[in-house]
Amino acid sequence: MFEKALSGTKTYFSWIIFLLIFIGIGFACYLYQYNEGLGITGMSRDVSWGFYIAQFTFLVGVAASAVMLVLPYYLHDVKVFGKITILGEFLAIASVVMCILFVTVDVGYPNRLLNIILYPTPNSILFWDFLVLNIYLLLNLLIGWNVLAAERKAVAPPQWVKPLIYLSIPWAISIHTVTAFLYAGMPSRHFWLTAIMAVRFLGSAFAAGPAFLILLALLVKRLSTFDAGQEAINKLRNIVTYAILASIFFVLLELFTAFYSNIPGHKHAFQYLFFGLEGHNKYVAWTWISVVAGCLSALILLLPLARKSNAWLVAACIGVFGSLWIEKGLTLVVTGFMPSPLEHITEYAPTLPEIFIALGVWATGFLVLTLLYKIAISVKLDPNSASIH
Amino acid sequence: MGINRREFLRIAGIASLWGLGGQAAFEILKPGAIEAQARAPLSQGKKWSMVIDTRKFKTPEDFQRCIDACNKTHNVPKVANVRQEIKWIWTEKYENAFPDDQNQFLPESMAHKSFLVLCNHCTDPPCVRVCPTQATFKRPDGIVMMDYHRCIGCRFCMAGCPYGARSFNWRDPRKFLKEPTNPEYPTRSKGVVEKCNFCEERIAKGLYPACAEASNGAMTFGDLDNPNSEVRKLLKENYSIRRKPSLGTQPNVYFLV
Amino acid sequence: MYDENKIIPMIIVFVILVTFPLWYNLGKAAAKPDPKIDTPVIRQMKEKKCLEPKATMKTTHMKILDEWRHEVVRGDYKRLYTAADGRVFEKSLQNGCMKCHSNKTQFCDQCHNYMEVKPFCWDCHIAPKETK
Repeated sequence: MFEKALSGTKTYFSWIIFLLIFIGIGFACYLYQYNEGLGITGMSRDVSWGFYIAQFTFLVGVAASAVMLVLPYYLHDVKVFGKITILGEFLAIASVVMCILFVTVDVGYPNRLLNIILYPTPNSILFWDFLVLNIYLLLNLLIGWNVLAAERKAVAPPQWVKPLIYLSIPWAISIHTVTAFLYAGMPSRHFWLTAIMAVRFLGSAFAAGPAFLILLALLVKRLSTFDAGQEAINKLRNIVTYAILASIFFVLLELFTAFYSNIPGHKHAFQYLFFGLEGHNKYVAWTWISVVAGCLSALILLLPLARKSNAWLVAACIGVFGSLWIEKGLTLVVTGFMPSPLEHITEYAPTLPEIFIALGVWATGFLVLTLLYKIAISVKLDPNSASIH
Repeated sequence: MGINRREFLRIAGIASLWGLGGQAAFEILKPGAIEAQARAPLSQGKKWSMVIDTRKFKTPEDFQRCIDACNKTHNVPKVANVRQEIKWIWTEKYENAFPDDQNQFLPESMAHKSFLVLCNHCTDPPCVRVCPTQATFKRPDGIVMMDYHRCIGCRFCMAGCPYGARSFNWRDPRKFLKEPTNPEYPTRSKGVVEKCNFCEERIAKGLYPACAEASNGAMTFGDLDNPNSEVRKLLKENYSIRRKPSLGTQPNVYFLV
Repeated sequence: MYDENKIIPMIIVFVILVTFPLWYNLGKAAAKPDPKIDTPVIRQMKEKKCLEPKATMKTTHMKILDEWRHEVVRGDYKRLYTAADGRVFEKSLQNGCMKCHSNKTQFCDQCHNYMEVKPFCWDCHIAPKETK
């Protein structure tokens, strides 16, 4: 099937070349970082995780969101999703690839990365995260590829795929739960030390991921003759609507606990985010953009507007995705370090090489996504293949 | 292979010989060749701890002497960019060292005083719990130790440590260390985390930690499990506090105030 | 054959790439290493003997160092090594081995360079000062 990724329009190849350029720049910057050390980033003794780990955290959510197609289709027989579950699974693959790359570029001694498997340490959440993410990648590769190959031959997928599909449902939940545990178990990091971290993560994941899927499906419709179907889009829209509302609700819960209890340590991080703390306010504007975008998008989704016109839907999806990217891909990680355990505030901003490395990883993810989507859609549209759709 | 008294004396003797003349040959390690006197073996503690008598630190030099002794002993580099510096032992104000114990009406002497802070070698260390490779681990004698050969530089331990005791080598530390200040101790490489090791390499030779030795008696090192140890005596006779005790990490560095 | 105008050039490119190390290094044979044990400390030794016989040291020094490292850092924390004949040594590269073999460039680097092995020991451990 892979040969289908090797032929395409001029636009397709221009896009690939565009991505390759960013991958090249990112790789060059990474070589610089590899030789110089992580000192070339904006991270510091006080803010010891930054942009890379934040991207990783956000993308775990996008990866997990495939379950929002798989679960309704396989457990509740929502037939309209049958056509596009593959899009969710392939998005999950691209996202996990980015996650693994972001962790790799973040470690100080990448040649020793396999020490995680050589010296398995069950008491470390990072060990479990490494495990569940890699298995999730494998599951989606096996499922996506086999289901698509079967579809091409107009036969049922092999019997052994079915249990894997059912397994992938709780597994998707597990990758984001375990990722939340990375943060939620740190004593003395008040901002992260919250029992609802995992559900907050899932809430935002199930909003951002399906929002992105809607955008992708509409883009695919415009670029090819493959139509996911308005009914499937509408169902996804409902999922995004409830998930963004839940997401906003969870943040309000956090705010209540912090401010009603009036415990300084619990308030500090939120004060830093929304108003700035002791004159440090690098992320205040970002936070408000995220809040406004998130709430406005939720409103658009609730009103009949987005149901009538896909243009409003697109605006809302971009708003949801952008809002949650700021929340998880930018501020969540950094704010956990505000203030430091010694009550100092050191601000953080990514450096240019750091941003280019991140862009390189994103470009790699988009390249994987483009190739996989090209294959999937070519198979589905190929008149010679015995596609059931 | 258990270390017996005879072997201990031999290695202690060698240690002091190296210190004296800088000349060392394995040849002189032949059995019975050395009958050196050493101080009471330090290598058999069960729960090493440090008691810092903050009342005995009066001038900035009192602090600096201890800090310099540590930096020199462990080739701790002076990193140009303070945001990415390496610190094993340093000073903080009361409100930073003991943020859970805020008091607007602290006596002047406390409010403006500096406190030495270092790794607490917690009894239940979060850094050990989060490390994915066991590069940081708890030794039976209580020291929270780092294996720089195994650290992958994920910096999970830095997020986990409630005391900010850990530093990461953002760049090659040798760039900031023209000449190793102690040729007997290694440097670190870029990409690994490091921190205070309670001078485990000195304890093994029967020596007290470098900071304690330089403190003129203001820092006392000893075994908490030994009811007759000096640290136990100090804790029995004085009121002591620890950093963030509510987290349940059970720090093993005590402050007499 | 279909597409021979594409396949044959590609085969040639492939063969050139694969054999690149062979012809690139042609005629550049490195000199056989000849590690020296000529240091002030070793010169004074009556009996020039390492921990183990020379042949053993040659083949297993890396294993011994690895075991020492493990034992001292995270094993039983014991720092003394007793050789087969009863002599006792400190398990340390920097403060043991290199005290006698103070000629790192002559003793370590020669073979390591020849064999293209790059141990990361010296990223952290401090090599003795060599006087020429």
